[in-house]
Amino acid sequence: MSQDFRLDNVGMVNREKKISFKFNGKKYFGFEGDTIASALIANGVHLVGRSFKYHRPRGFFGVGVDEPYAILQLDRNNERDPNIRATEQEIFEGLEVKSVNCWPSVNFDIGAINNFLKMFFPAGFYYKTFMWPPSFWYKIYEPFIRMAAGFGEASIKHDKERYEHKYEYCDLLITGSGPSGLASAYAAAKNGARVILAEDKPRFGGSLLTSDVNIGNQTGVEWTEKIIAELKSMPNVTVKNRSQVFGYYDHNMLVMSERISDHLPKTQKYLPKQRLWYIRANEVLISSGSIERPLVFGNNDTPGVMLSSAAKEYMKVYGVLVGKKPLIFTNNDSGYETAIEFKKNGVNPVILDTRSNPSSDIITEAKNLNIEIKLSYVVVAAKGYKKVKSADIAKISEDKKELFKIENIECDCICVSGFWTPSIHLASQSGNKSKFNEKIDAFVPDKSKQQENTIGSANGIFTLEETIKDAFDKGFDVSNKITEKNNKVSVPTVVEKKSTVHDKFWCVPLPKGKSYKRFLDFQNDVAVSDIELALREGFRSIEHVKRYTTLGMATDQGKTSNLNGLQLVSDIENKVVPQVGHTTFRPPYTPVSIGAIVGREVGKHSKPTRKSPMHSWHEKNNAVFVDAGVWLRPRYYKQGNEGLFEASKREAKNVRQNVGVCDVTTLGKIDVKGPDAAEFLNRVYTNAWLKLPVGKARYGVMLREDGIVMDDGTTTRISENHYHMTTTTAQAANVLSHLEYYLQLVWPELNVNVVSTTEQWAGAAIAGPNSRKLLMKLFPNLDVSNEGLPFMGYKEADLFGAPAKIYRISFSGELAYEINVESDNGYFMWEKIMEVGHEFQIQPYGTEALSTLRIEMGHVAGSELDGRTIPYDASLEGLVSKKKDFIGKRSLNRSAFTSTDREKLVGVVPIDKTTSIPEGSYIVKDPKAKLPNPKLGHVSASCWSVEYDNPFSLAIIKDGKNMIGQKLFAMSPLKNKTIPVEIVSSHYVDPEGKRVRS
Amino acid sequence: MLYINCPHCGLRSQNEFAYGGDATVKRPELNREISDQEWDNFVYLRKSPRGKHLELWHHISGCRQWIKVERDTSTHEIFKTYKANEAIE
Ligand SMILES: [Zn+2]
Repeated sequence: MSQDFRLDNVGMVNREKKISFKFNGKKYFGFEGDTIASALIANGVHLVGRSFKYHRPRGFFGVGVDEPYAILQLDRNNERDPNIRATEQEIFEGLEVKSVNCWPSVNFDIGAINNFLKMFFPAGFYYKTFMWPPSFWYKIYEPFIRMAAGFGEASIKHDKERYEHKYEYCDLLITGSGPSGLASAYAAAKNGARVILAEDKPRFGGSLLTSDVNIGNQTGVEWTEKIIAELKSMPNVTVKNRSQVFGYYDHNMLVMSERISDHLPKTQKYLPKQRLWYIRANEVLISSGSIERPLVFGNNDTPGVMLSSAAKEYMKVYGVLVGKKPLIFTNNDSGYETAIEFKKNGVNPVILDTRSNPSSDIITEAKNLNIEIKLSYVVVAAKGYKKVKSADIAKISEDKKELFKIENIECDCICVSGFWTPSIHLASQSGNKSKFNEKIDAFVPDKSKQQENTIGSANGIFTLEETIKDAFDKGFDVSNKITEKNNKVSVPTVVEKKSTVHDKFWCVPLPKGKSYKRFLDFQNDVAVSDIELALREGFRSIEHVKRYTTLGMATDQGKTSNLNGLQLVSDIENKVVPQVGHTTFRPPYTPVSIGAIVGREVGKHSKPTRKSPMHSWHEKNNAVFVDAGVWLRPRYYKQGNEGLFEASKREAKNVRQNVGVCDVTTLGKIDVKGPDAAEFLNRVYTNAWLKLPVGKARYGVMLREDGIVMDDGTTTRISENHYHMTTTTAQAANVLSHLEYYLQLVWPELNVNVVSTTEQWAGAAIAGPNSRKLLMKLFPNLDVSNEGLPFMGYKEADLFGAPAKIYRISFSGELAYEINVESDNGYFMWEKIMEVGHEFQIQPYGTEALSTLRIEMGHVAGSELDGRTIPYDASLEGLVSKKKDFIGKRSLNRSAFTSTDREKLVGVVPIDKTTSIPEGSYIVKDPKAKLPNPKLGHVSASCWSVEYDNPFSLAIIKDGKNMIGQKLFAMSPLKNKTIPVEIVSSHYVDPEGKRVRS
Repeated sequence: MLYINCPHCGLRSQNEFAYGGDATVKRPELNREISDQEWDNFVYLRKSPRGKHLELWHHISGCRQWIKVERDTSTHEIFKTYKANEAIE
């Protein structure tokens, strides 16, 4: 199809560059700089979708962010964007878009049957229709709602595009580059302020692109170009197009989405698709302009009915005619400007003005151009199904209640103007309570709540002269508060055509005997009759009316519908609009892609990955890694065809029989220093710390104030006033915050400092009967005998030139040592241990073997210290001092914590000695008891005991102490298993603890 | 996102901080005999005022100091920030 509706030599698109794209599979041509909307209209295409509820044909209504109809699905490089506005998306070579909400095609849509069933879809039909009978929900209602809900289909493929986040600070953020935005940016920038000017559209200038004005002896477009060029050249100014400031949050934090590559066939190298800006601005000037209001009449949703300002912009910016027989329906002078533009381009419009006798410069100009003007006339109904073919019009009485004889007039589009609504969304989001301005029948911002001011038509100022002057002043004032440079630029002279007052009339009455749908909300299909019904049914609060009818709840957030809805409610209720009040504006102002919100924090990038200095050795030796918090730890080292079970069994067995080495770098390490360090530890831990000698380690348990175990670990006294504390991998950060809390806030008199040293030390645990022999070879000059370095002893020595710390501590229950060296020497240490350990059959072991070893020893870990257990429950009550006070001690007196049948740690062995018990299983007395089966407790950790070669688990069960020897059942409904078990001591291996002391 | 004036570091975004709850709660001294009621009040009971609230924030991604912030819980306005042991006006 040729571009029949394209004007020659008009507009700002690049005629040199023809671009082809596909809409619903059919190829069309446009020019560089076109949007999908302008290119389709140029090709005479007006039917682009179906409406949400009734599946009525949908065309184009606006030309920008306010577009309620033309929502399309875009495919680009195998990615899919299901919610793009045709009025905003620029075309590029190869672009493919299709209609949404229609099946099988936009021309023949089955769902349009809803239009004939509309008596079944009144306001609140969701609440009425889908209630009864309950059995209908699953099979009938839910599938129906799912099918009907939303626009487009999201892709289930991974989005390979890159999205970025950026943090920025500025003195002044200006949202919108219309006349007020440009003027204030210029004034503030010249006064030395750091300015960010954000424009949603590709082109700067806002209304200056389409209005016939003169600023400083230049056209609006020329002036825009000059100001933008100058702003761009200034180092203190950032100018951004295709950038929507969509949210105004606390403390002057605003968020902007910049569409960097959406208009390109492919994202360029080194650039993201979109960038989300978090901008902390000292001051904000909101210059987001205003949106034209629709007039309401019968079938006013027919394709071809659109805002008059949109028709003008299609002509002036894109060189496109929205129709060749236009009917202009207006209650103010704006419609005349559109008519004049049509006339200048050789098209004869007819103006229907609701006013009886208006007069102004603009109207005079229209008359001089011989444009046909019908005063006191209204459109009663649009005619035509998929496109406007004609209109029923009528003269209306002075009181606007009565229609005279209905005439039919041929037309191919109806351009409506019901005056202007300031875009107060951002001001409202900032906390600014708006006020109603009677003069313009709309809300404008009231007193500033944060550091924000609204300027230009967003503030209800509709003359250019006033706008420019006010914006220059505001730009200077807010910048001067910050820069104090007093550098004021002069305000240019402004020439514009004067307009006269608008008519408050906006909703055409129904002619007798007709029941045309008169739509208010074009995206959610909310008509005048729906609001009337909601009010008849007793809804009064505008927030309730909104939710019941869904007025203003679509993706356009009611940009074109909210105010008309309010006016209707106030008319019916005989109230004034401010009494009705408006609903709350919430971010985002326009839809934001999920990709932009998530940014680069996807997959492995959603949190940092920490690796030990020995990580590359583990990789080279076939380690299979597991996430341990943010750390990557070897879970097991695969040999041959081994799986997790075989490998971990081999590794654990080798520890029990020979010697193993485990990377324990991830354990939290905190240096505790100061003359009061001992006293501090004594308050933090449940056991006694005052008498720990230098060179000795001690196991400690710390509680929260509520008596629950927070963490455990060993702490070693390195020197008189220096302790080395270890924490579990998972709790390291919390423990540090906990210690800082008490030192800084509760006991500031204690002279102690704490600092994390987790990253400073690489750790290797050497465990097994051969570990001493290995240590003797690693540290030939050190006495590592049981007397020289006893259990819980500490020594410093030299590991082939690397300074090392040796702690004789054990998590595996075997004779064991932990060696720490500075992180940079970690890899060296590990290689030396493996090299020297070769003759003692050393093998590295991972976290799975580590678990096995600690479980069969009955040592508790995170699965038992799960934030619900007190020391008694984990059989740690022996470590609770009766003599001294410590954090959380008082809570242990609480009656629930002193009850004798509390759940307590026990061991569990399956009777058949072969069936592994799933972790999380319940321990019950009678597996056939009626549900819910009273549970005695749960299995916290399971392993395959390498000592006895059968499954073994730890469990925390009611009255555990007295349950030992009992035969019970482990039930896992999840795995559908019931396993007869015997309760045993949690100390399954070496209950006397001989090995660690050997 | 709040903008919190750390008395040690200056104005920093909220995402550098962790919230620490009511700053007016005082831990009972160690070794003092206290009733169950008094202890429960300390451990569990917190006011949730609408309006001015003195609260703790921990500058975990900054100087690691616990600070006190006087904030309006309904408007998020921050009136003043204090070092951990500064006298509250
Ligand atoms: Zn700080």
